[in-house]
Amino acid sequence: MRYLTDYKRAAGLGSAHGGTHHLWHMQLSSAALVILVPLFIFTFGSILGSSHEDVLDYYSRPIPAVIAGLTLVVGLLHFYSGAQILIEDYSKGLTRRVLILVAAIFSYTSIALGLFALVKLALQG
Amino acid sequence: MAEAKRVQRPLSPHLQIYRPQLTSITSILMRITGNAMAVAVMMIVWWLVAAAVGEDAFETADGFVTSWFGNLVLTLSLLGIWYHFLGGIRHLIWLSGRCLEIETAERLGMACLIGAPVLTLLTLLLI
Repeated sequence: MRYLTDYKRAAGLGSAHGGTHHLWHMQLSSAALVILVPLFIFTFGSILGSSHEDVLDYYSRPIPAVIAGLTLVVGLLHFYSGAQILIEDYSKGLTRRVLILVAAIFSYTSIALGLFALVKLALQG
Repeated sequence: MAEAKRVQRPLSPHLQIYRPQLTSITSILMRITGNAMAVAVMMIVWWLVAAAVGEDAFETADGFVTSWFGNLVLTLSLLGIWYHFLGGIRHLIWLSGRCLEIETAERLGMACLIGAPVLTLLTLLLI
């Protein structure tokens, strides 16, 4: 009797020798986003259009700030994975590498800027 | 001899010769809406950073985001994210091995196409 899991039997096979982690990551992040996105839409939507003072007050509260932070991190990592597939489908060679790099820079920079803003808002509110 | 043997063989089909189907349209829309979120992300992150930086920066960012153009972009993004949200749930159902019959898949696709504008309107009414 061999003690092999189904995953272990499949890992590394297939023409690309990989990709299961990518599918798993997309599944995991999309499941999280099913909950996070509506929460973000309604928290962000309810404060958008208010005065600066109200925005400071609102985002110094833990729930709206944590929802925004989680949505940005999980959402942008999900975005990066999806954008990478789009790029790999329609471009090749150096163009592909450069575009994936741009997508990575965009995603991680947006995460960093968003988290910086949320921390600053939380501390000064 | 070699010349005579050359026959017109069918090439592998390209995107533009396929008849558009509900399943292909919903798939393409999924891709467009997902990647288009980059625009909404830029606006929202700019707005958050501006709010954190100070009053003046906030006025500029908020002025743009709540202008008619900003509203238009955010409303379209809202429609896009709701579509992508419903499409994502459709994918999660498929990944569990369910609803893979063409008829069911098409019915779910129709639900996404109708559900997205409905959810958008509800959101706009609620917030």
